[in-house]
Amino acid sequence: MSPRILVLRGPGTNCDAETVHALRELGAEPELVHVRRLVRTRALEAFEGLVIPGGFSYGDRIRSGAVLARMLSHALGRELQRFVDEGKPVLGICNGFQVLVETGVLPFGQVGEPALALMKNASARFEARWVHLLRCSDSELLGELPEVSEMPVANAEGRVVLPPGRAQEVLDELLQNSQVALRYCTPSGEPAEGRYPANPSGSFWDIAGLTTPNGRVLGMMPHPERAFSAYLHPCWTSGRGTEHGRVLLQGFVRCAGRA
Amino acid sequence: MPAERVPLLDADDEALLRLSRQRQLALSLEEMRAIQRHYRSLGREPTDVELETFAQTWSEHCVHKTFRGVIEYEGEVIRSLLRSTIARVTEELSPDWCFSVFEDNAGIVDFEGDYAIAFKVETHNHPSAIEPFGGAATGVGGVIRDILGVWGEPIANTDVLCFGPLDYPYERLPQGIKHPRFIFTHVVAGIGSYGNNMGIPTVNGAVLFDESYVGNPLVYCGTLGLVKKSCYMRSATPGDVLLLVGGRTGRDGIHGVTFASTELEEDAEEAFGTAVQIGDPIEEEKIKRAILQVRDERLGSAITDLGGGGLSSAVGEQAHRFGCGARVHLERVPLKYAGMKPWEIWVSESQERMLLIVPRRNLERVLEIFREEEVEASEIGELIPERVLRVYYGSEKVAEIDMDFLFGGLPEVRRKAEWAPPPLEEPEFEPPEPGEALLRVLSMPNVASKEEVIRTYDHEVKAQTVLKPLQGCFSGPGDAAVLKPLRHSWRGVAVSCGINPEYGKIDPYWMAASAIDEAVRNNLAVGGSRIALLDNFCWGSPEKPRNLGALVRAAKACYDIARAYGTPFISGKDSLYNESPMGSVTPTLLISAVGILEDVRRAVSMDFKERGASVYVLGMSRRELGGSQYYRMLGFLGRSVPRVVPQEARRTFRGVEEGIRRGLIRACHDVSEGGVGVALAEMCFSGGVGAEVELSRMPAESMRVDELLFSESNSRFIVEVARGMEEEFEELLRGCGAVFARLGVTGGRELVVRYEGREVVSLELERLRESWQSGVRV
Repeated sequence: MSPRILVLRGPGTNCDAETVHALRELGAEPELVHVRRLVRTRALEAFEGLVIPGGFSYGDRIRSGAVLARMLSHALGRELQRFVDEGKPVLGICNGFQVLVETGVLPFGQVGEPALALMKNASARFEARWVHLLRCSDSELLGELPEVSEMPVANAEGRVVLPPGRAQEVLDELLQNSQVALRYCTPSGEPAEGRYPANPSGSFWDIAGLTTPNGRVLGMMPHPERAFSAYLHPCWTSGRGTEHGRVLLQGFVRCAGRA
Repeated sequence: MPAERVPLLDADDEALLRLSRQRQLALSLEEMRAIQRHYRSLGREPTDVELETFAQTWSEHCVHKTFRGVIEYEGEVIRSLLRSTIARVTEELSPDWCFSVFEDNAGIVDFEGDYAIAFKVETHNHPSAIEPFGGAATGVGGVIRDILGVWGEPIANTDVLCFGPLDYPYERLPQGIKHPRFIFTHVVAGIGSYGNNMGIPTVNGAVLFDESYVGNPLVYCGTLGLVKKSCYMRSATPGDVLLLVGGRTGRDGIHGVTFASTELEEDAEEAFGTAVQIGDPIEEEKIKRAILQVRDERLGSAITDLGGGGLSSAVGEQAHRFGCGARVHLERVPLKYAGMKPWEIWVSESQERMLLIVPRRNLERVLEIFREEEVEASEIGELIPERVLRVYYGSEKVAEIDMDFLFGGLPEVRRKAEWAPPPLEEPEFEPPEPGEALLRVLSMPNVASKEEVIRTYDHEVKAQTVLKPLQGCFSGPGDAAVLKPLRHSWRGVAVSCGINPEYGKIDPYWMAASAIDEAVRNNLAVGGSRIALLDNFCWGSPEKPRNLGALVRAAKACYDIARAYGTPFISGKDSLYNESPMGSVTPTLLISAVGILEDVRRAVSMDFKERGASVYVLGMSRRELGGSQYYRMLGFLGRSVPRVVPQEARRTFRGVEEGIRRGLIRACHDVSEGGVGVALAEMCFSGGVGAEVELSRMPAESMRVDELLFSESNSRFIVEVARGMEEEFEELLRGCGAVFARLGVTGGRELVVRYEGREVVSLELERLRESWQSGVRV
């Protein structure tokens, strides 16, 4: 059975078309829904999966993803919490990751106050480039993603920052639960250790993607939908194209199919 | 807030000119007199709203009076330079794949089935000089609306930027002029911000530096769009509703077009501070969604963007196009704040607004679509059968303008043009060591890597960018970008450009010829074919005969070369008052090209792919170093500007096209700034594969080694041919009648160049790449 997946959009969401396309290619039934309509219909529970795509929701006013996150946690907080509690898969890509962090759903699965932040890149600018990612979790959402994979990032605020003073404590907890799903690394799979450009944002502990403790909610800065075909890889003309984004999304769709 | 009557009937010439100046109308004495005569015949004074309407509609920006007027040049009388050169190419070629040329906001060519590609390039120079971030951002926003204005879905942006040297000494900056580095940083940020926020990838462009841009930077913004021919609605009739959609109207952007049609003066920031608009890409993103929905449901009868001249131009031009008139109620226009005068509402160029024309029966549904996307839509009037423009503010009629006079009353502009070759000489000098020279040329600002700029633009959003601006595993400079805009098809679009103002300092004719050649060969290099062109002229004042002479020469080259290449022009724009207290800008012609690939899987990037493959040069090398980067590096301009030999070039082009189609070519790079030396170096370090070549094999006029390395002769390519395919490739080229030679092989970690067996360059890839990357820092 093909799972129904809600692809959420608001004003400024702009990676929805390619995300919908990718999910459909993988056999899912994606439905693109404006957040205002979702607030009206409250139809979240009719879906087996939720994807929040990239973009600049509400112009990233206040902080990236903050306004869309408030719409979700205030007007749809209970529905969202239930969705997460039931273990239905949720994926936030780029701005979607920022939204999930702002709702509090990431990293600890609780709608409420954010427990960490995605701040302006250390380079202080928007940056689009392909990166290598180290898989650090066996979360089903990552599917058959190999240990080292390639996908592009494109953001200005992708630097994971943990609460000052408690950073080590929070990191330990994340590591204990295998919540750090993806880290920026070198082509050979060594963690980037903060070094630019392998770690393009200066993200703490090279964090590129996080899950909830049960591994059912994944937020990531890289864009799997842009690594969906080998012909989107920067080196495909040398025969070195990969489709790691497709592999990851395949895992998500499979997970939703079982939800 | 009533309209004002402007006393015009009894004004003498001096008073007319004063009026034009004080009200920033940018109208000439001739034009003011024509308006005066018209109102004398009506027996009443014009209102300020009416006078403003003429200023907008008759501005150089809106009506291109220089290009459409009469020019006397070397005993020749040219009536409409546009029609006798650029538009004539398209008319004579009249390809059946051109869907709409020169009559819409963008040129449109067939793509696949019901789908067509729209392309438009605009400039936003003066606003970017005053407020670089906002000026550049709204330049992008404006050209995106041009695509929406042909019911197109924007799919990619291009941008070409020209600045003063980044190391320009502060003490030499005249009063009121911002430092090139400031302008550069903020223009780049503005472009990135708008495109990134709207989710439109920026896939192609260029950044150039020249002293003449210090006082007047050039910011060319382009957008490609996907059009559905079956949803292309252009048939409004009287009774249809004028629907203003998008952002609110404010005082930002008042007199943008007259500002664009004036020279930049020291106090420009004060005088025209309100001429720069304020951009809001998220608003435009919402408008885009709503408009595409209206398009897909086929609910409109026409559409246009609100750009230069605001409502006054948009309403007037649409009514004119459909042979009718219009009635407009300005009090229905949603405002950012109270207190705006009727004329200000009428001409404001506030951003993110579009004018839709909608049959009344569809109005309810259209309003619902805009509500869904949280975009304001207001019925501000309707088309009427009489050929008259009636503008109301509440119960007061603030304008009643005869459409025939508005669109037919502009006195013909008559200008003199002259051109004489500048007194230039070819330099004589002791050539530097070739390897050292190559490293230095690679770091010249116009050649050096623009990676730091390119990476601040999202070039992959939409997941359609198959060939990106940075190519190869080491991010080399691509010749063109390739997009795959349809999910169900492998068909692709190649986008490229050509520009070289250095050549214009020697001869604008050969500059234009070279720009066309470069745009075409860049497109061919990635596998593009069936190429269409766009022209964007940025010139100093056409009232200076020398500037106009240069313009005539460039336009003539556009005809000669594009006609010979069989590449029609589909759209274009001119910006003719690029003057500052530092003088005119160097005449700068940007040629943009859009080509088609049957299958993007055959696209070719410029990086060397494998060791042991053959390296070929295609095309004839001549002793043409005038305006070259090599001469510039040595402090010379020279005289021997590169020319174009169309018959010869076409044979080479056919070879490249066919070689790529047959899969014989693994890498292809056009030879442009920095010549064969730079092209080879770029191919090496982009792919991480070295090469060994023998220069004496190059088909060339007799010249020195450094000249062979750095000559910028047009119509040349370096290609890598897969091992074992050499014979078939050479056979193909001979069949085309192309000039070519096998220069050597790929391999190793160095670029080694020999001349008659003697090693003249031997440099590691890392050193080449470092030089190239050191040139321009953000």
